[in-house]
Amino acid sequence: MAMPSSLLWAVDIFGRVYTLSTVGQYWELCKDTQLEFKRVSAVKQCCWGIACDHKVYTYVFSGDVPIRYQEETYENQRWNPVAGFCEKLLPSDRWQWSDVSGLKHQQLDSFTLPSPHWEWESDWYVDENIGGEPTEKGGWTYAIDFPSTYTKDKKWNSCVRRRRWIRYRRYKSRDVWAKIVSHDNADKLPDPFNDISIGGWEITSEPPGRLSVWAVSLQGRVWYRENVCHHNPEGSTWSLITTPAEVVQISCGPYDLLWATLWEGQAIVREGIDRNNPQGIFWSIVDSPSSENGIMHVSVGVDVVWCVTKDRKVWFRRGVNSHNPRGTSWIEMVGEMMMVTVGLNNQVWGIGCDDRAIYFRQGVTPSELSGKTWKAIVSGRESDRSQTGSSISLLSASCFFTDDIQNQTHAIIQGDADNCSDTELPSVPVNLANTPPMGAAASSGGNGTGNQAAEIQANLTVDPLDSDQGEATVASTSDEKADVEMRKSTNPNPSAELQWTNIDLKEAQKHPVLSVSTFAETSSLSSFGMFSAGAEEQYGADEHPLWAWVSGGGCLVDLHSPLKWFTVLSGLSSSVQSLSLSITPAQTAAWRKQIFQQLSERTKRELENFRHYEQAIEQSVWVKTGTLQWWRNWKPHKWIDVRVALEQFTGSDGMRDSILFIYYMYHEEKKYIHVFLNEVTIIVEVLNEAKHSFALYTPEKTKQRWPIRLAAATEQEMHDWLSLLNMSCCESRRIQGAPSHHAIWSVTCKGDIFVSEPSPDLEAGAHLMPCDQMFWRQVGGHLRLIECNNRGIVWGIGYDHTAWVYTGGYGGGFIQGLASSADNIYMQSDVKCVYIYENQRWNPVTGYSSRGLPTDRYMWSDASGLQECTKINTKPPSPQWSWVSDWYIDFNTSGGTDREGWQYAADFPASYHGHKTMKDFVRRRRWARKCRIVTNGPWLEVPPVTLWDISIIPSSGSDADDREAVALWAISDKGDVLCRLGVTQQNPAGTSWLHVGTDQPFISVSIGAFYQVWAIARDGSAFYRGSVSPKKPAGDCWYHIPSPQKQKLKQVSVGRTSVFVLDKNGNLWYRQGITPSYPQGSTWDHVSNNIRKMSVGPLDQVWVIADKVQGSHSLSCGTVCHRTGVQPMMPKGLSWDYGIGGGWEHITVRGNATEASRVSMHDTSEENPAVSKDLEDEESKGKTEQ
Amino acid sequence: MTDDKDVLRDVWFGRIPTCFTLYQDEITEREAEPYYLLLPRISYLTLVTDKVKKHFQKVMRQEEVSEIWFEYEGTPLKWHYPIGLLFDLHASNTALPWSITVHFKNFPEKDLLHCHSKDVIEAHFMACIKEADALKHKSQVINEMQKKDHKQLWMGLQNDKFEQFWAINRKLMEYPPEDNGFRYIPFRIYQATTERPFIQKLFRPIASGGQLHTLEDLLKDVCPSAIAPEDGEQKTQVMIHGIEPMLETPIQWLSEHMSYPDNFLHISIIPRPTD
Repeated sequence: MAMPSSLLWAVDIFGRVYTLSTVGQYWELCKDTQLEFKRVSAVKQCCWGIACDHKVYTYVFSGDVPIRYQEETYENQRWNPVAGFCEKLLPSDRWQWSDVSGLKHQQLDSFTLPSPHWEWESDWYVDENIGGEPTEKGGWTYAIDFPSTYTKDKKWNSCVRRRRWIRYRRYKSRDVWAKIVSHDNADKLPDPFNDISIGGWEITSEPPGRLSVWAVSLQGRVWYRENVCHHNPEGSTWSLITTPAEVVQISCGPYDLLWATLWEGQAIVREGIDRNNPQGIFWSIVDSPSSENGIMHVSVGVDVVWCVTKDRKVWFRRGVNSHNPRGTSWIEMVGEMMMVTVGLNNQVWGIGCDDRAIYFRQGVTPSELSGKTWKAIVSGRESDRSQTGSSISLLSASCFFTDDIQNQTHAIIQGDADNCSDTELPSVPVNLANTPPMGAAASSGGNGTGNQAAEIQANLTVDPLDSDQGEATVASTSDEKADVEMRKSTNPNPSAELQWTNIDLKEAQKHPVLSVSTFAETSSLSSFGMFSAGAEEQYGADEHPLWAWVSGGGCLVDLHSPLKWFTVLSGLSSSVQSLSLSITPAQTAAWRKQIFQQLSERTKRELENFRHYEQAIEQSVWVKTGTLQWWRNWKPHKWIDVRVALEQFTGSDGMRDSILFIYYMYHEEKKYIHVFLNEVTIIVEVLNEAKHSFALYTPEKTKQRWPIRLAAATEQEMHDWLSLLNMSCCESRRIQGAPSHHAIWSVTCKGDIFVSEPSPDLEAGAHLMPCDQMFWRQVGGHLRLIECNNRGIVWGIGYDHTAWVYTGGYGGGFIQGLASSADNIYMQSDVKCVYIYENQRWNPVTGYSSRGLPTDRYMWSDASGLQECTKINTKPPSPQWSWVSDWYIDFNTSGGTDREGWQYAADFPASYHGHKTMKDFVRRRRWARKCRIVTNGPWLEVPPVTLWDISIIPSSGSDADDREAVALWAISDKGDVLCRLGVTQQNPAGTSWLHVGTDQPFISVSIGAFYQVWAIARDGSAFYRGSVSPKKPAGDCWYHIPSPQKQKLKQVSVGRTSVFVLDKNGNLWYRQGITPSYPQGSTWDHVSNNIRKMSVGPLDQVWVIADKVQGSHSLSCGTVCHRTGVQPMMPKGLSWDYGIGGGWEHITVRGNATEASRVSMHDTSEENPAVSKDLEDEESKGKTEQ
Repeated sequence: MTDDKDVLRDVWFGRIPTCFTLYQDEITEREAEPYYLLLPRISYLTLVTDKVKKHFQKVMRQEEVSEIWFEYEGTPLKWHYPIGLLFDLHASNTALPWSITVHFKNFPEKDLLHCHSKDVIEAHFMACIKEADALKHKSQVINEMQKKDHKQLWMGLQNDKFEQFWAINRKLMEYPPEDNGFRYIPFRIYQATTERPFIQKLFRPIASGGQLHTLEDLLKDVCPSAIAPEDGEQKTQVMIHGIEPMLETPIQWLSEHMSYPDNFLHISIIPRPTD
């Protein structure tokens, strides 16, 4: 398992494609080395390139999740009295086989694979799931007539029926360069390609993985590839985009920025690119920064543009943004480059003009987009030693000799390079192919051959990009033309050179190995046609790679990335530095275990019987004081300044305890409140834009739903207090170190992670420990969801759907120093969106406008409309967050939107819909802005699949081997069901994903103690997975389980034997009638309403996040509740006990398999009578005891 | 316990239950009750025995009281050795509590240093830390610290404040990542059976080939007698903080985690009890 990493792609002057990982130190050769490339353009999930045959190829990374596409067609039948339902339809009817609308004839055999890169997954089969409900056998739905609404029940008047057939095809050409096959009309076929750039994935999220792929042909025309997305990685057709003049090169940013360079030396900027128009509308022209030297190369990011002019100078464009994609002016930067590339996060790389090294622009930050300095990447190639003198590199080298300048006309005439056969070509190329490899020639040192070779090398290293310049200048200034002519004159036989290009590629595959003896014989030929043209500098032996092209479009570097690219490492260390979570040998080493064990034995031996002895050193009382603000608990509630003091003292048993005093003024009278920290159950940061505030709860405060709220002047001050108070609480409860395997984990709406050690009495029947007494402590990191089992395997999912695995550490975040473990704490980041709403009202004069009625909400507001939220005044959720995007319109709002993102309604507040009707007088649209948090905690990323849900099997036996595989199921954020292989206690991250096929996207999954896997599909239906076992980790097939009373389900949790589901209306259901022989059960029993989330544990205990819980002072939304009275004979339990609350999002109790010991019922307090009325009671919805 | 931090904590909070009795020849006004105390392993006898001194002084005639010193089974206990070391060296494998005899007369000048005030202990402690840092970092870290940081180390030890001490000591335990360890390991090896006070030599944590040196490497190098011959029986115990780390434990790790507050790894070599 690797650290989160991304790749920088580059092509060396021999056309070999390499990648450099952000966590690596060496360039790695692309897995597929069949082809040589001229240019590549990468994004995270794939790379597109132009090979030396001028064809376009795409390289899609392999992954555990297949790329599959569902084909569907409908079989239609009509009833007649003679034959019953049959395929004889009326003449006016639709075809017997059609699409869903009935308008298109679609027979099963009319479906063909779109390209050789696809394969069928299985044969056609009937879909039996209609709207989340299983149909009767055969999958038929019935209607009175076509087209109509179909029901799954056959009625007396059902005259027609239809059923859906589905078949999946799968994209198979992954981790290889797949040639883009063109289905276009032959005479419309684009000519050979010269440049390519991909990006635009930020423009819209539908369909998933949509990409803008732009290409430039040798004739200078611009083409746009239609319909490139996750399910269609090759796209469908090329569309010609007209340009004002001939284009040489193009660059497409992640968002709406697209620039291209013209032969004449200007740049053109595409305007009007947006969600509805990913191709943009028109071009506008930007002049070159210098009048003498035109622009040769341009590269764009999210909101930056860099260019290189023909004199190799590098320029940065000022003032570029979505509204003004042209920017305002050029600034000259230091350095001379062949080209530059802008990657993710606006980071920049370039290829040095003199040394052909790749440089990274250091210091590019949101506030300083142009960065500070160029720094050379000195990483060597993994293959350096082994590949010196490889014949492949030589052969491909020759294809760069000639390239674009002279042979373009020829290439166009030839049309398709595949057509040129060996026979057309003279024998020269073969000989040329046998020219000595650079490494060999250069190493021959002082003799004439060596020198020659060195010069050749010098020449060819400049050539590929020089040729661009040459092309670009053909039609421009006269002095440059002279230059081109000079070049031409030095190349005596241009057409022959073209042929080399073609044949070399073929030959390279045919004769991969050349004998050394041929080198000497043919070495003189190597200078043929090449040895000349003004390359003054001499290049020595190939010590560092010489690069021709670089693409950073898939490479994510930020402030926090420690890059290892800038130092050469001696020694023979491996190329990829992967950080593995499987515990390092040092940690499992016997010596370490023995030290731990002996120390605890020593403590026992020397201390256990002598605890009553006096301590030699007296512990004095220790006090920390300070000034904070306190949310006063009388009306009107407001923040008032208070003095606070934390007094720590050592008890007679040597343990420390602490009291927090808060001194305040009440009607000019000095008063104070105090809290014993051993009574505090949680200290939690409160999300507050304006204040650095936190809340302290005790069991009593939890019942009141009214914590002590304190605020500090600065974030640092708050974290100092939080850290100290947390440590004091843990000390007084004698809790230290990492959470146990039984720990209960939870996550708040702020993304903070809390963990609680379950008391054995937590699940005891007779003397139940009230859950408001549970002590929660924070663990660093930021997550949306967390799941664990009782073996200490814990996984989490971030707001950006990144999967994380727990490393076994503790602390992190603000918990620093000794309260945090030294190892196992890593950087973690997360991204989420902040939303604001733009509201408008219709008036007869101006139509919709931002002039509302006096009674209306703010024209820019939050979702409720109560708070004014403008683009300017809206801040990230807390100072820990920083913006990482600009405001953009969000089209994924529930209810749908029109093309501009508006949703309409009759009036505020109302339900909104995505199209305007006569009755609509108001409209709103949602704007989103991404922000990012960087923190740290005991978490390591599990790349690359992003997840939506996870479930880990609770283990039944307690004496299991820590190498035994642990079943872990997950749902990807695209809805794929996945099964993780190789998860063990030693390697909790596992090794790879196994994809489990489904007919639709899924949203929830849970695996019970005996491998019962239940899952919920996006349409709200439940499924049971049959035959899952350790030997068959993915099981065999899905059984569709009807949902309770037509409710749409959203979550499932399976404990030891109990199965509970939650529907979208907050109802909790129990599955009745489950037996070992009939694991699907029979019916759903309603248990409770008012539930947001639930977790069923290995003791079949039921814990939930309740929607609303009323306390004596206030109400809390998102509250941890525990089902009481759950017993083997009464799995549904009796009532709810209320725990910590106010902003809780998720809980998992799947680690807690500790049953209470029946004998010793010691020192827990008397039973708390607070446990109360049931949430189930419809009348008192969201209301509880006082 | 799974984290290395816990080792620091366990080392710091190590306690030896001790029974102090007054030497029989000391003249008292009434009978002296024994005094029981939990002594911190990482501290110094004269730093933590104020209560003991007070307790016995109560029963003695004022004129009989001179400088206090301690003895165990005839061996005067050097106050400038950490308590844990004294115990491991002289009294491990004996029944607890550790029985120490208290003397007020006949100070053994040739065996013990005088300790008239806590300042003497502080000076000794700081001298050790400085020497250790000279070995580890050519004194760079300790010299960059401020006076108050030095004070905090001492106060941390004196008041048994783990966090206070480690907040500063952490810096003394760091090293440049490219070095993989300290320059030299500050260690002292004590042998119960020899007259020589201790062995101290220059020893690097990393071998020239890059592999980590282990406790075994150290002993082979500086005290080969502590290691059993190839086929022979292990006749000695190698003790640090009352435990016997395995000989393959990396010495760098030991230095970082099991040094005493004076930053030295004090290793006791004692005869293995025969039973």
